[in-house]
Amino acid sequence: MNYKMMGKFISQILMVEAGFMLPALLISLFDGETNAVRGFVMAIAVAVVVSLGLYLLCRKSQKRFYAKEGMVCVGISWICMSLIGCLPFCVSGEIPHFLDALFEIVSGFTTTGASILSDVEALSRGIMYWRSFSHWLGGMGVLVFLLALAPSGEHSNGFTMHLLRAESPGPNVGKLVPKMKTTARILYLIYILLTVLNIMFLTFGDMPMFDAVCTAFGTAGTGGFGIRNDSIASYSPYIQNVCTVFMLLFGVNFSCYYLLLIRQVKAVFRDEELRMYVGIVIASIVLITLNIRGYYDTIGETIRHAAFQVASIITTTGFATTDFDLWPSFSKGILLALMLLGACAGSTGGGLKCGRALLIIKNLCRNMRRLLNPKRVEVVRFNGHAVGEQVLENTNTYLAAYVAILLVSFLLISMDGLSMTTNLSAVTACFNNIGPGFDAVGATCNYSVFSGFSKVILILDMLAGRLEIFPMLLLASKSTWRHS
Amino acid sequence: MPPGGNAVKIIIAGDGKVGLSLTQMLSEEGHDLTLIDSNQRVLDSSVERYDVMGVQGNCASMRVLESADVQHADLLIAATSLDEVNLLCCMTAQGLNSKLHTIARIRNPEYGKQIFTMRDVYKLSLMVNPEKQAAREIERLIKYPGFLQRDTFARSRVEIVELRVDETSRLKDVPLRDLDSIVKCKVLVCVVSRDGVAEIPDGNFVIRTGDRLFVTAPAENLTLLLKNLGIITYKAKRVMICGGGRIGYYLAEQLTKHGVQVQIIEQDEARCVELAERLPDAYVIHGDASNQYLLESEGVETCDALVTMTGMDEMNLIISLYGKKCGAHQVITKVGHTDNSSIYDSLELGSLICPKELCCANILRYVRAMQNTEGAALTVHNIADGQAEALEFLVDEKTRHIGEPLKNIRTKKNVLIACISHGSKTAIPSGDSVFNKGDTVIVVAKDGTRLLQLNDIFE
Repeated sequence: MNYKMMGKFISQILMVEAGFMLPALLISLFDGETNAVRGFVMAIAVAVVVSLGLYLLCRKSQKRFYAKEGMVCVGISWICMSLIGCLPFCVSGEIPHFLDALFEIVSGFTTTGASILSDVEALSRGIMYWRSFSHWLGGMGVLVFLLALAPSGEHSNGFTMHLLRAESPGPNVGKLVPKMKTTARILYLIYILLTVLNIMFLTFGDMPMFDAVCTAFGTAGTGGFGIRNDSIASYSPYIQNVCTVFMLLFGVNFSCYYLLLIRQVKAVFRDEELRMYVGIVIASIVLITLNIRGYYDTIGETIRHAAFQVASIITTTGFATTDFDLWPSFSKGILLALMLLGACAGSTGGGLKCGRALLIIKNLCRNMRRLLNPKRVEVVRFNGHAVGEQVLENTNTYLAAYVAILLVSFLLISMDGLSMTTNLSAVTACFNNIGPGFDAVGATCNYSVFSGFSKVILILDMLAGRLEIFPMLLLASKSTWRHS
Repeated sequence: MPPGGNAVKIIIAGDGKVGLSLTQMLSEEGHDLTLIDSNQRVLDSSVERYDVMGVQGNCASMRVLESADVQHADLLIAATSLDEVNLLCCMTAQGLNSKLHTIARIRNPEYGKQIFTMRDVYKLSLMVNPEKQAAREIERLIKYPGFLQRDTFARSRVEIVELRVDETSRLKDVPLRDLDSIVKCKVLVCVVSRDGVAEIPDGNFVIRTGDRLFVTAPAENLTLLLKNLGIITYKAKRVMICGGGRIGYYLAEQLTKHGVQVQIIEQDEARCVELAERLPDAYVIHGDASNQYLLESEGVETCDALVTMTGMDEMNLIISLYGKKCGAHQVITKVGHTDNSSIYDSLELGSLICPKELCCANILRYVRAMQNTEGAALTVHNIADGQAEALEFLVDEKTRHIGEPLKNIRTKKNVLIACISHGSKTAIPSGDSVFNKGDTVIVVAKDGTRLLQLNDIFE
């Protein structure tokens, strides 16, 4: 394996991370929060030192870089990023325990939004900003950011494809344009544009600037860290509706926006995954509204809460405007199903992804028909194109790994002795990068109830969920580390 | 992105050997590439290796071309295995985007005669025939058996030739500044490849056994150079060709035209009959060229040149090594894969010809000219396995440093001015040489220094 090349990548990633900590440091300086300033200075210093050290060690790297290196590199760099990213929390003393701080930052980078904090409002603004910003950075992926910045020529090989594939969610990741750098730039451009729009709409609703920026970061990365203890509930209905719309927008495949930009509107409307996504959202809102009628004063408020929660859960954001733990079990059932399903492939959301679910269903139907007519040859189609058997096989493998990890994690954290609903929903919510679950980890509660061991399991689940399982699984596999 | 140039949007149809080579070269130059191939697996492996996009499908279909964004492309290179598909692909693409430049690979000898009419009718910008190009290259090598490779510049007045220094060579252990006294004519060693690594030498460089020298010389000095180096030259009278494929056919056709006796050994009986029909003057033998008995009975030890070009590289290498051992004066081997060029280096094989690379160099030249319509290189040759490039430029009014002696001009590192041609006079430059408008200048640049116009060589 080409360790030096990987070292070089990680060194660059840490440098980018250090750069992104600067705004948070400035906010802390402005507010005169000495503890937070100490935390950020320390973290930036460590990031820069480690980065420079790695760079010096790995200056003369060979160019060879294959799928294996790409996957492993993504896995390791996310772990390194989290280890350094949690330092401000730790050193400033605002989240004193290292494991808690790590949980918080991993939850941030993986856009989960699960918190161990019972009182968010006690945090200083710099720390709060960094916590929300981690969602934004983790949403589109820091490696993709690196690819967009890299000078041309340096990463002009095809191996960058492995990085994109490992970091972007979806069964069938492709480039938008021939050059990786341009693709990465287009993705980030769309991302930044939508985020700015989101901030603008939030400030129109008289949301304070700081709140608007942090909320927009949480929405854009489909993360879900709120800056108030009751998440979004205490904001005006207008702001809640803006959040609903933007959460749904960030859950759409970004290539759809690219198609809109190049004026291929027809292709967007014909996209099967988008249709499925919109269909499920509308159906869920209608069913939940019918199910919870009477819980709220007016029908308008009922629809608003139903829509917000559906958008928040299907896009795996995890904001809340109401305690949905109090809803009837049919509604909770719908939400749990949406948790597992997730948003569109190629969006910032997590979960199994609509596109993948669609492929699995289509493949299932085909294989069932094959049982009736064993000699029938049939091809699975997606958006009118035939899907290769290899892609289907990968999708099935993904599903198998998905279910296996879900079960094993569920068993492991059951040792803490909490209720079954708590455990199942906690694992589901972390693995699919949602955030709040039900019962003891519901919308008004937090993850501080779990033991250290369970927190480690959930941290690994979050990373696995964000990186589409395999980069993390490979890190644990013996054959990855064998042969040089 | 290369200096001064813009990225060209290129579609390559057919991800075969030529397609893959082109992908590598063009993606290194920073162009926007889209590949079309009907085989998804082949595409996947290219997309993983290079920064390109892949579109699966039939490249002559409008739907596929549209999904490769042909409307916004600048150039289409059709290099599938079928001539007809290549033509149809270029025509369809031309219909979708009339500003598109198109390059088609046409290999069937039956179309050879109508190539220029076809180019006009189908509005092709360029047609390439790798086999014919290779045959022409081999023919040129057979004319001067002392050289491993010959590249021509300035309308054949200047050449870069490749020489291998062996134990008995007069050049062994000679510093380059003493070279003139041995060869007694003006030549310039522009690149030396030692142990597979190319470098541009200076006067203190001492030649060792096993080095491959790339020498620039005016064409009229070549005979003198060979004579003074003690390499005996003679006119090839009998050439043995193993493998009667397309290159074999083109080569035999050219050689017999010049009165050279040609023997072709071909395995396939039907192909033998076809060759015998089309080449009345050639001596076609039906048999297995890897059979030593057959080779000996056909007189491999006394032939003037042995050319091995069966479909398999391994077979060609074995036959060439055997021929060399038997004492064939000149051995030329065709190879399809150039990935293992360091292995070829370690074998004393003589000349290697790679049709794929010749063809790619041709297309690369076209792309560079497209990128930069003014001051583009007239000729580009890859030397030392692509580690260096020799380029020919025309000096025009925009060129800087016109009329200044070379010793006063600062050029980039790893760049060497190898020759200046003024009218019919060509000269190996010294510190006092100057170039003027209308002259052609040959520049040698080591790998990594990409030159698009003459001004790029100056600091």
